[in-house]
Amino acid sequence: MYTLTIDQNTYICKSDETVLDALLRENINLSFACKKGTCHSCMVRSANVRPPKAAQSGLKNTQIKQNYFLACQCYPEQDMHLKLPDQSEFYRMGRVITNKLLNRNTILLVVAFEDAFEFNAGQFVNLQRSDGLTRSYSTANIPEQSNTLEFHIRRLPGGVFSSWLHDEVNMGDSIAVSEARGHCFYIPERHEQGILLVGTGTGLAPLAGILTDALANGHTGPIHLFHGSRELEDLYRIDEMRQLAEQHQNFHYTPCLSGSHIPEGFAAGRVNEIALSGIPDLKGWRVFLCGHPDMVNQMKKQAFLKGAAIADIYADAFLISTH
Amino acid sequence: MSATLYERIGGEPAVDAAVNIFYRKVLNDHRINRFFDNTDMDKQLAKQKAFFTMAFGGPNNYTGQDMRNAHANLVKTGLNEDHFNAVMEHLGATLTELNVPGDLIAEAAAIAESTRNDVLGK
Ligand SMILES: Cc1cc2nc3c(=O)[nH]c(=O)nc-3n(C[C@H](O)[C@H](O)[C@H](O)COP(=O)(O)OP(=O)(O)OC[C@H]3O[C@@H](n4cnc5c(N)ncnc54)[C@H](O)[C@@H]3O)c2cc1C
Ligand code: HEM
Ligand code: FES
Repeated sequence: MYTLTIDQNTYICKSDETVLDALLRENINLSFACKKGTCHSCMVRSANVRPPKAAQSGLKNTQIKQNYFLACQCYPEQDMHLKLPDQSEFYRMGRVITNKLLNRNTILLVVAFEDAFEFNAGQFVNLQRSDGLTRSYSTANIPEQSNTLEFHIRRLPGGVFSSWLHDEVNMGDSIAVSEARGHCFYIPERHEQGILLVGTGTGLAPLAGILTDALANGHTGPIHLFHGSRELEDLYRIDEMRQLAEQHQNFHYTPCLSGSHIPEGFAAGRVNEIALSGIPDLKGWRVFLCGHPDMVNQMKKQAFLKGAAIADIYADAFLISTH
Repeated sequence: MSATLYERIGGEPAVDAAVNIFYRKVLNDHRINRFFDNTDMDKQLAKQKAFFTMAFGGPNNYTGQDMRNAHANLVKTGLNEDHFNAVMEHLGATLTELNVPGDLIAEAAAIAESTRNDVLGK
């Protein structure tokens, strides 16, 4: 059991409790989203001692040197003095310029910035509401002169943040956006390599960005996109993808439906199984997996067993934590 | 000072290459794949990396007791000599596939072999 000190106040951190859980228990308003070390929205700084190594895994060297660490990954090893960062250190304000439906439960949200926003197509950012509520969302466009970020956001039944974005955020509103993070993006090398893109639901967002980026970089190898959901009404951008496939002979698009009604032109079954049966061997391929955590985790292993090298498998599981 | 086995085999890149081959073999081996059938592949891979780093005599802090603890739950679910032999088999085959010279393979195998009693909780 150790004490955590913030300004003049001290709090107890029980053994087997993370710094984040201890502070939340004490009703300190600390932002967080994943509790898994992925989103980095719970970053705080130690003012006296070096934080445990595991709590700094994945941080930039400059942050490590300044004793920043992830509160959700930190089991203290001694008493700690903490500095809660001013959120403006990590967030910049953008303006919503589009909020419209892509299908019955997914919106296209476009956020514009005054000057360039640095990111790689496919990376995710954290969006933050003024009360500190934070969630991660993947970018769906490529960096352009227009200084915008595009998101596809699905409304989850009872989901707090997605409902807020759907129902209450309007054109012209400002919204706080973090730096871009994550490893799920296209690297312009080995242009002749095969690329497999598999996504469920809004997993199409990062895949669309990666696809646009690969085509813009003149990727010559075959690019296969498999996009799946249960019902037709939950897919989107079907016509755009079909058009793109007509324009680029190395790009192939297969929309997949796992429900019972399968119209012509759609593949029947689970998206990962359809993708695997369509490509005999993934040796030498680059694989991107985004969306439902079960699909992503299963497919990671299946793609590996089909020959893809570990370093060539990029994945973003859209973890939803039950808070 | 002469280079360690870990350095002679090729350090971390060699570990990464070995994990790619070894993990595929293990997942395809019905005798032992149930032990590795954890859905979280990243965690499994981190442990496989630890396995090779250790077998290559590389930097690690594992004690015999740690090896006992790490495998205690597996022993409860039936981990035995045959399973251990299967892992040794894949270790040798993996390093052979990577063209590691025979004398270095023998050194790595000896290090892995030395953990047998701890791994099997004897
Ligand atoms: C790297 C990453 C990228 C992502 N990219 C995208 C993206 O591009 N597009 C996208 O739409 N999403 C994306 N997500 C998911 C997104 O971050 C949110 O998790 C999602 O929008 C849900 O947030 P919410 O606040 O609406 O739901 P929450 O309020 O967090 O609730 C989530 C679900 O859990 C249920 N729930 C809540 N509390 C409880 C409870 N106590 N017990 C039982 N059930 C409960 C809710 O009913 C709801 O269905 C991404 C996630 C990650 C980690
Ligand atoms: C040959 C000698 C062996 C060595 C040197 C060895 C080494 C290791 C190491 C270093 C770890 C990681 C421990 C940790 O950080 O938690 C580990 C974990 C593991 N080992 Fe072994 N191991 C050996 C044999 C085996 C065998 C025979 C099996 C099963 C057939 C096995 C299955 C596992 C599994 C499943 C884990 C992960 C356990 C978990 O999820 O916590 N190992 N091993
Ligand atoms: S990294 Fe701590 S909450 Fe996401």
